[in-house]
Amino acid sequence: MAELFTPLHLIFYLFATIAVCSAVAVITVRHPVRSVLSLVVTFFAMAGLWMLLRAEFLSLILLLVYVGAVMTLFLFVVMMLNIDIEYRQSGFVRYVPFGIILILLMVGLMIAAVGPTYFGIALMPAPQQEAANYSNISHLGALLYTEYAYPFEIAGVLLLAAIIAAITLTHRAPLRRKVQNPNDQIAVRPEDRVRLINMPSEPKQEGV
Amino acid sequence: MPSLSEFLIVAALLFGLGIAGIILNRKNIIVLLMSIELILLSVNTNFIAFSYFLGNMIGQVFVFFVLTVAASEAAIGLAILVVLYRKRGTIDVQNLDALKG
Repeated sequence: MAELFTPLHLIFYLFATIAVCSAVAVITVRHPVRSVLSLVVTFFAMAGLWMLLRAEFLSLILLLVYVGAVMTLFLFVVMMLNIDIEYRQSGFVRYVPFGIILILLMVGLMIAAVGPTYFGIALMPAPQQEAANYSNISHLGALLYTEYAYPFEIAGVLLLAAIIAAITLTHRAPLRRKVQNPNDQIAVRPEDRVRLINMPSEPKQEGV
Repeated sequence: MPSLSEFLIVAALLFGLGIAGIILNRKNIIVLLMSIELILLSVNTNFIAFSYFLGNMIGQVFVFFVLTVAASEAAIGLAILVVLYRKRGTIDVQNLDALKG
């Protein structure tokens, strides 16, 4: 194809570089909080790529739901657990050569499979630019609420199940509950609560 | 517009990094969960790239469901992690040998 380097390429390579570099940081940085923050950067960059692919709704969902909720949850848990910063790296080095060879082999194989030979711009040309009033959300919603309404509701039930499971797992019953006991309340007698005593009346003090 | 193979290569790199995080990580389970998130992100990118280049909207619907399942998975995984930390006081992968695996 003649078009070699458009501004879209520049945006693509910018976001792709940021995504891959911060993904490397996710798995190599030793401090878990920094790891979570690197993952947030990765999500931001990939949301940019999704925006390039005209998936606006999912891109914003990735930012709002994933970065806003799930990653915040990760961050809360990491900060709550109070993990010691200095990790022992004993087992780490032992697996590195084997792991790296395996990963390189796998990634090389995948890149060879999805390379320009099969999915290049000549074989898979980009579709036409949509009209100005094209709405990604309305198309997605029309599909989601008609053809995929049943899976959509199952997804809702799944989220409900996840809420219940998470609360059940982490909820601790309070040790000292302030609950009324009706048996004790009924069985109480006046003698237990009020003590009547006889005492002489005090003389009135002057000047008070 | 960048070609489909460029998007797929970025997704493949992210996938490889996620797998690398799972294999190389001997530290704690949180990094393990985050590697799973990376893998899911790369798979979702593949879905969206194919959805755009094939002009088929259903890929985005599937990504929607994958995001739902991934969110609930993260919530339950972190809940299990909190319970584990309460019981054992550590989340080192190597110390989790109660099942003698």
